Amino acid sequence: MSAVLEVSNLRKTFGGITAVDDVSFEVREGEILGIIGPNGSGKSTLFNCVLGQLTPNQGEVRVDGRVTTGMRPCDLNRLGVSRTFQLLQVFPQLSVRDNLILAGQEHQGSMFSRLIGHPDAGLGPAAEQMIAFFRLSHLSDEQAGALSYGQQKLLDAAMAFMAGPRLVLLDEPAGGVNLTMLGNLRDRLQAYHAQRNATFVVIEHQMEFVMALCTRVLVLAQGRIIAEGTPQDIRRNPVVIEAYLGH
Amino acid sequence: MNRLGIIAVVAAAIVAVALPFFLAPFGIYLISMWTVLTIAAIGLNLTLGYAGQVSLAQGAFVGIGAYCVALMTQAGWPYPFAFVCAGLLCFVIGWILGYPALRVQHHYLAFVTLAFTTLVFLVLRNEEWLTHGIYGIDGIARPTLLGWSTGEALDFYVFSLGALTVLAATTWWMLRSPWGRAFVALRENPIRALSLGLDTRRYTLMAFAIGSSLGGLAGALYAPLVQFIEPSSFALGLSFNLLLMVIVGGSGYFFGPFVGALIAVLLPEWLRVTQGYYLIVYAAAVMIMMALCPSGLLGLAERAAKAVLRRDPPPVAPLRIEVTEP
Amino acid sequence: MASFVQLVVSGLATGAIYALIAVGFTLLWQTSQTINFAQGEFVMLPAFFILASMNLGAPFWLAALIGIALSILVLGLLFKLVIVDPMLKHGVLPLVISTIALSLFLKESAKDFYSSQAQPFPALVPSTDVHVFGAVVSTQSLAVLAVAIATVVALHLLLNKTRLGRCMQATAQNPTLARILGIPVRRMVLYTFLINGALVAIASILISPIYLAKFTNGETLGMAAFLAAIIGGFNQVRGAILGGVILGVLDNLSAAYISSQYRGAFPLLILIAVILLRPQGLLGRIEERTV
Repeated sequence: MSAVLEVSNLRKTFGGITAVDDVSFEVREGEILGIIGPNGSGKSTLFNCVLGQLTPNQGEVRVDGRVTTGMRPCDLNRLGVSRTFQLLQVFPQLSVRDNLILAGQEHQGSMFSRLIGHPDAGLGPAAEQMIAFFRLSHLSDEQAGALSYGQQKLLDAAMAFMAGPRLVLLDEPAGGVNLTMLGNLRDRLQAYHAQRNATFVVIEHQMEFVMALCTRVLVLAQGRIIAEGTPQDIRRNPVVIEAYLGH
Repeated sequence: MNRLGIIAVVAAAIVAVALPFFLAPFGIYLISMWTVLTIAAIGLNLTLGYAGQVSLAQGAFVGIGAYCVALMTQAGWPYPFAFVCAGLLCFVIGWILGYPALRVQHHYLAFVTLAFTTLVFLVLRNEEWLTHGIYGIDGIARPTLLGWSTGEALDFYVFSLGALTVLAATTWWMLRSPWGRAFVALRENPIRALSLGLDTRRYTLMAFAIGSSLGGLAGALYAPLVQFIEPSSFALGLSFNLLLMVIVGGSGYFFGPFVGALIAVLLPEWLRVTQGYYLIVYAAAVMIMMALCPSGLLGLAERAAKAVLRRDPPPVAPLRIEVTEP
Repeated sequence: MASFVQLVVSGLATGAIYALIAVGFTLLWQTSQTINFAQGEFVMLPAFFILASMNLGAPFWLAALIGIALSILVLGLLFKLVIVDPMLKHGVLPLVISTIALSLFLKESAKDFYSSQAQPFPALVPSTDVHVFGAVVSTQSLAVLAVAIATVVALHLLLNKTRLGRCMQATAQNPTLARILGIPVRRMVLYTFLINGALVAIASILISPIYLAKFTNGETLGMAAFLAAIIGGFNQVRGAILGGVILGVLDNLSAAYISSQYRGAFPLLILIAVILLRPQGLLGRIEERTV
């Protein structure tokens, strides 16, 4: 199996604080990799470095063997790397359908061909399909801002999938979602994964969610990887238990 | 757009066509001025209302367009060519002015564009070899197009109304295309937009350039309408006024600039009873409106229409999301 | 050389006034995200309060006190209660629009209710020249400098040496945390508005003898305050002071040595350069944030 994402020797410091310290790992095609760790362990910084939102001080990121360090997030996205955000990030004044079309339109043709092309960039049916997949069909004409928190989370995930990405990075998808919606979200992510053999990386606090969803888990503490393995291994690993519970 | 909106637009269009036949020359001059200001305000609405980039430079672009047309036509170039040049020149300058917008946002951008407006004013005033300085440019001819002279007030109104119609339709069509969606995305959440593959840099520059070129085209109509231009017409005051037009009409509403410009043109006439105090009344009205309904008159109309037509429970307030800059 | 010293001193005097205006401007921004586009008109207006009081028979010193008090009341308290508070929930842009309208309102009011003519305004000290290092310097410039420096020092002491001042700074830097720490955030924000009211009144007293009291004064003064605040650094009181002084000196020197026609352009070019090269301002802090 080939590696979709390779991260090698990544380091990021803020002033005197090293948030990510010499981290290397790879993500194989079709797997769901979980990254867990206590607050402040550097998960989000790692994510932002991989995604081009922050520039790492050292190290390299490759997507399908191609070096992407320093690439702008929009170019990275067009290479097939997609993400969701920890805090809600939808476009509240656009309809649910427009949110999804937007998520796909920049992958169609050039900027000028889009100007003279169809208003929905030929993505109307695909958007409706994605909306139906996430069971939001009854809401497709509503403004995204009028949706409930959980529905917006689903929409956020749907947007990440809209362009048929090679790799999706999910930043705390379960945060703030109630239990029913959580089950719903997990179910949809698993269904999508099964259908497309998609590759996911998930950062999450909610252990049950990670254990149920992921095929492999990395544990981060103080900017370093301290453990790696299947969810079962991780659950029993004394180093992990100590990192989480302290002394 | 719902049915009520279509009826309103059709009715307004009929009034716009029929009105000049009932007006004295000064009235026709006023509604011609309305078409010109509306074009400039549509441009600013694109930059500010849709793409969310605050600009206090629209008045400067009207000035650049006006001077461009005045100087070129007096040098013997045909008007249509000068008209296109005014638009292109402002497109290029607007594109360049957009670069600061890539680095800074909100209030900083307001100040950069404000500085730009003042610089343009200084150049217009000081470079007398080109612009005749404070004496301005006099005797700007109204164009003759394919043998049709627009010298009379009514003819010029027909010409400028035609220009407004074409430019507004073009803008409408662009806003319906994926570009319109991209501009709104830029306004609402640039970081998320970037992560969805949207080249926010190019769209920001494009929003600035197109908005500015509409300002330049408005200037290209302004010069032959008033037939005399001078630097102080394009100082900061005009940029502020255009900004107020967009906001008062309803920023981010396609027809907002039409309403805002109409008020800016008519209010001084209506408030003539208050004599010199009309600016005080206007300023107070704007402040009250900002406090009660910052989405402008069309925002107010939309709220009223919803309340009357639907009579269903008020919609859930949109969730406000704090966007942090990277 | 003598004229150079002269230009620098009068530049420092103007710059010190700009600094006062800019400090108030940044204080409002820091505590309540208010970008006050009417700040220039705020400086224009107190001179008219003072002139009106003198017309009613008050001596200058009393009129000045009345002017400062009225300014704190109207441009501090009323401004906050009537204009800013109702707008805060709508975000930054509507408030910007509102202050633009307010500047128009104040300018037109001064014109219509007082006079459209420039009014002579009494100076703090009689205008004579003194010789310093061979240069002729006016006592007015020195008096302006003295008052401005005293005001800035007083403000500095208030902000840094008193409990109240530290509470205000905490509010400016992190309102949420300040609230958790039990600081009455709303009252602290109000105090910054009152301080701004006092600062603009003092600036008005200092500048009006030079420029005369005129309803259009606010245009250039407001611009100077924005420029000073941005050049120095929006999130720093010290930055605003530095920006004001740089601006005043530069303005005088460029008018004398380079081009009086384009004297207005140099600060703008510096502004654009600062924004492009160092958007946080000369003394500002960089804030690297993540998503």
